[in-house]
Order: sequence, then structure tokens, then C-alpha cells
Amino acid sequence: MQISGAQMVIEALIAEGVDTVFGYPGGAIMNVYDEIYKQDGFKHILNRHEQASIHAAEGYSKASGKVGVAMITSGPGFTNAVTGLADAYMDSIPMVVISGQVPMSLIGTDAFQEIDAVGISRSCTKHNYLVTDAKDLARVLKEAFYIARTGRPGPVHVDIPKDVTAQIAEFNYDIEIELETYKPHVKGNPRQIKKAMEAISKAKRPLFYLGGGIINANAAYEVRDLVHKTGIPAVETFMARGVLSYDDELLVGMLGMHGSYASNMAMSETDLVIGLGARFDDRVTGKLSEFAKNAGVIHVDIDPASISKLVNADYPIVGDVKNVVNDMLKHTDKVDSKSYELWRETVKNFNELHPLTFHEDSDRLKPQWVVKRVGELLGDDANISTDVGQHQMWSAQFYPFSRPRQFMSSGGLGTMGFGFPAALGVKAASPEKVSINFTGDGSILMNCQELMTAVEKKLPVINIILNNNFLGMVRQWQTLFYDKRHSETDLSVQPDFVKLAEAFGGIGYRVHTKEEFDVALKDAIEKDVVAFIEVIVHRMENVMPMVPAGGSLFNMMLLEKKGAK
Amino acid sequence: MENNERRVVSVIVVNEASVLSRITDLFSGRGYNITSLTVAPIPDSKYSRLTIVTSGSIRVIEQITKQLHKLIPVLRVYEHADMVEKEMALIKFPITESLSDINALCEAYNGKIVNVGENVIIAMVSDEPNRIDNFLKAIKRYNPKEIVRSGAVALER
Repeated sequence: MQISGAQMVIEALIAEGVDTVFGYPGGAIMNVYDEIYKQDGFKHILNRHEQASIHAAEGYSKASGKVGVAMITSGPGFTNAVTGLADAYMDSIPMVVISGQVPMSLIGTDAFQEIDAVGISRSCTKHNYLVTDAKDLARVLKEAFYIARTGRPGPVHVDIPKDVTAQIAEFNYDIEIELETYKPHVKGNPRQIKKAMEAISKAKRPLFYLGGGIINANAAYEVRDLVHKTGIPAVETFMARGVLSYDDELLVGMLGMHGSYASNMAMSETDLVIGLGARFDDRVTGKLSEFAKNAGVIHVDIDPASISKLVNADYPIVGDVKNVVNDMLKHTDKVDSKSYELWRETVKNFNELHPLTFHEDSDRLKPQWVVKRVGELLGDDANISTDVGQHQMWSAQFYPFSRPRQFMSSGGLGTMGFGFPAALGVKAASPEKVSINFTGDGSILMNCQELMTAVEKKLPVINIILNNNFLGMVRQWQTLFYDKRHSETDLSVQPDFVKLAEAFGGIGYRVHTKEEFDVALKDAIEKDVVAFIEVIVHRMENVMPMVPAGGSLFNMMLLEKKGAK
Repeated sequence: MENNERRVVSVIVVNEASVLSRITDLFSGRGYNITSLTVAPIPDSKYSRLTIVTSGSIRVIEQITKQLHKLIPVLRVYEHADMVEKEMALIKFPITESLSDINALCEAYNGKIVNVGENVIIAMVSDEPNRIDNFLKAIKRYNPKEIVRSGAVALER
């Protein structure tokens, strides 16, 4: 069929089963937007900033497991999107981002809104394309979706000059992808898997180290099975929250810089780390030379480059974690779950010695209470996204996650401004759940224009702003490591968040007490409109425990005992 | 500290736009060294072959090969242990220097005088990179005006 490049984009998206596209039009992408106007195969959500479009597509992808799609124009449209691309790249989120480019004849002339988009996106995408002929579009788009969702997932950027979207050419999407140079290794080596299972059966204190790759691979329920059949305790990374349910007896907790005492101690005492889809990030390991010092390491990952990058793997297994775990399940008869009884007891004692908790305060609400309270009231009925900072860590620590894809946060890049637009994407993907965004008084201002998107598209996201009038996490470091010199972190000068929400047609609440909070949350859910619930919380609360950057996991700063000064 | 060893890595890539940038961006972005890099199309194929001379610890070299392999247009990555390695150099001498001396030296390094002009002569040698180093030291007293090295190419035995 002979159609224009712009029509090809639409046809390809529909053929890929895309039902929602996030984006922002502009000069170079106008031909495509003209075709969006004429079609009804998918809906388009107009964000109010390109960065938000990418984060919304990320949230959509994380919640649904599908490839997120965003569309932007050339020049500033594209550069605004770069943060989102980098974010998706760091957290391995499958995405296809389509940008307009100036016409081919103007490329390289410093034309209006021209930027070397593929030159910029090269280092923050899994792959990218500059399409120079419409007859390549079908193949490029098909490859883009295939590359985005296979192997270690990631964002793929497709840059299309304006004249290519106008060009008429033959279009056939029913083609086989032939990528001789890209063949992800999905099946784990059976011999290695057998050896790993033997190592597990011989270990005295093995520990599952669960990562976000499990969620990407839709393998959480298989992993639950493996954990239960072996009776081996498990720690989760920040990205893996929800792989095990919060009430799972074998879940020790989250490990890392703000992990629980028990998780970090278990990792320091284990004799065999069983890493599944985790990448030994510096926020997880602390000082590398002291990390799981006396342990053997099994490392299952789809990305060979993740294996032995930071921590040497004794049993490297390259493969899709779902396949590998299914294969591991065939060998569980060798593992005697009873033999770990003493180890399970030890880990339990760690948790009893220093449980993950906080102290209530009579004057002001504690931020941790707010997270816990939302968990009590909504639990499984909510999807949780966060921005970046203290509130993010408290969300990961205190929310009772019970399923994969319940928690969406910017883990690798740590992008302030991620939460609100991501929550819009989450709501678009799963409208039946309440979409909560835990945020701070710093982060929320980094994409608060999305109030308009939320009102227009009726995406009733509830933003819970834990307001401590500080850029809290930086303030915490300044308090602890910079002799309390709070350089440029005091956010005492603030907008009226209630009026801000109202100005866009949303609803705002300012909350000081527990009673007020319950009322506000209930009301916001009933009103079914985008909301800001500003909770005035204790200003100087720190996220604890804490492993200072570069320190050993077992050297944690702990919550002071109540009454201690 | 781990030893920084010199290594030669060959990369077979699809011969397409911006593929070289993908490779060099990877090296600069992740802080790896490039001592030399040569690239040319492989005859009768859609591929090109790059030969990269780099250095780093064993862990770094392993990461380099893995990260290269992760790039979509990369077909194969060889990290050479047992290989034949050659490099070429062109050297410009003033015409006043001893032609016969230079010619004799060049011959010892698989080379010869390739051009004689009004004011300069140009000599060529091709040999293993460390032998090229030696050659360049040896010809210093003939006042070379300009030296250009090709970077190494290598083939596994």
C-alpha cells in the first residue's frame, strides 16, 4: 500500500497494539500529528512538557508491561525529552520515542529547531535511528519495538525528518525482523543452572537477592515459588519492591543505602548470594570490597555485561530470569529447606534487634506514618509512584507492596519530577486502581504543570506532598556530613499548594493531623479529580537506617532508640 | 591496583551510518582508553572491521568486550590473545639525509623508500607496533620531518 511516512507511523503503532501515546506536537512532527487527528486507533494524551510525556509513557509501561510510546518534535522538544530517555535507559523500561526532525535538506545547516538528536540520544538509549527514506520506516519501527521489549529492555529513539513523514512510499508491516547482530540470549545454560542449584543445596546461609529484572521479565510469581520451595530468605532491591508480598515470611526487606538492618546484615553474613535480575548497583552494595565478603555469587541476568561488572560471579547465568527460574524449579528436590532453619532464625533475630520503624511525634506528623497509613487504607488497591528524595525512600520502606508493577519510581537516574507524570501513565494503564504519587515539596514543582493534563484527560492522580519545607534528602546529607550547613536546601518560600491545584481545576488539601489526613484521602478518592494533599510533616526527620556513601553495608547509622538523646 | 595491560580488540560491525560514533561514544562515555583505532569495510560484505588497541585491567577489558557486544550493529567482538599484528608508518625525511642509510633501515622493518621529491623523501615501514616504536627511535638522527602511524591491524592465528 502506498501511503505517507506520517501514515506509516500511525499504521505501525496500531499494528503494535499501542492504545495510548503521550506527546507534544511541534513543527517538525506536524505531519504525524495531522494523521493522529484523523485516526481513532489509539488515544493521544497531551502532556504540558515533553519531559512529562516520556515519564508518563514510562509509568504506562511499568504498570502495563507494554512498550511505552511518546512523540515529540525536533530541537527543544527533543532535548526536553532527554531526561526521560536517560531515566528509561537506566531503569530498563521498554519504550519507543518518536521525534520529528528538520527536513533532510536542512540537516546540518543549523536550521530552526534543529539539533543532532540521534547524536544526543546515542548514549541514553538502547538504540536509535535516523530515518532517511520512508521506505525504511516499516522496518525501522518494527525493529524499534522489537529491540525495546526484548533482551534487557530499554528505550529506542526514532528520529524522522519532516520530508520523510510527507514522502509517499510502499508500506508493508507484515515483515520478518532480521537482525543478524542482535540475538538476546534468553535460555540459561542448563549445566550452569544445575551447578548453581548444587551450590544452593550445599550453602549454609544462602540469600536471594531480587532485582527489578524480575518485574521486567514478569517472573515475580515464579520467583515466589522458588523462594517458598527452597525456604531461603530473600532481600529485595528498591526496583524489586512487590516481587514478594510485604507479608511474606521469607522477605527480609529492602537492602542498600536505606535498606533495613536485617537485610544489610543478612547480605553481609550470607555464604551464597543468589542474584536474580539485579545489577549490584552502588546504592545496593556500599563498599564493594566488603560486600557479601565471604559469599559465593550466583548471578542470573539477561545482560551479559551486568555479570561480573562489579562483583565477580562464581555461577554466571545469562538468560531471561523467568526461563532460568523455571529451570531452577526443576531442581528444587535437591534443596533441603529445613537445613536453613538456623539461618532463617538468625535473620529473624536481626529484624527483631533493629526493626524498620520510626518514632511518632506529638507536634507534627511523621512522613513515615503517612506512607504507612495510605498502605493501611488502600494496600493492594493503589498503584504507587514516587518522585525522588526522602519521601521516595520512605515509600519504598513503609508501603506494604503486595504485587509486582505496583511501585514505579526513578531508581537508576533518580529523576526529580518523575512521579506525577509517571502516575498519569499508570492511571491511564490501570484506571481501576487508585494512582498515588508520593512526592516532596521539592520534586512536585518539577512537573506540576501536569495538573493540566490530569484535569483535561480526567486522570485523577492523588499527589501526597510530604512537605518539610526542605529539599529533604540533600538537607539530610548536609546535616550529617556537612556540619549542618544547609546550603540552598531550605524551601521555606513556597507556593500555596492548595491554590495551585485549584488554579488548574484540581482539588487541594492542607493537612496537619492524622484525622485530617484520613478525611482528605477519602475525599480525594471520592471526588475522582486530580488532587494535591499537602501534608505538613516533621522538618528534620531523617531516612534511617543509612549506609553512608562508600561505607560498608554492615556499618549502618541506625534510628536512635526512643528517648535517647 | 590491577595491571593495565595493552589489549587488541577487533569488532565486526554492520557498515551503516553513525556506527563508528556508537563505538567511540561507548569508549569515551565509560572512560575506556583508545590507543589506536583503524576501520575499513570487509570486502564483499555489509560489514566493517575495526581494530582497537586499548588498555585496562582484566575486568575493564572484559567490560569493553561485553559493552561492545551490547551495541545493536555489532556482530562479533574478538579480544585477541594469539594474533598477528601489524602497523604501518610513513616518514618524511629531508632530501639531505643519507638515502642509503634510510633505505637499509627501512628494509630491516619491511619497508622501503616510496617517494622521492625535490626537498623530501618519504619512506614506509610495516611491522609489529613495538618494532615500529624501535624503528622510530632508530631514525631520529636522520631528522624526520613528519611521521604518521596507521594504528594496528590484527588477525587471530
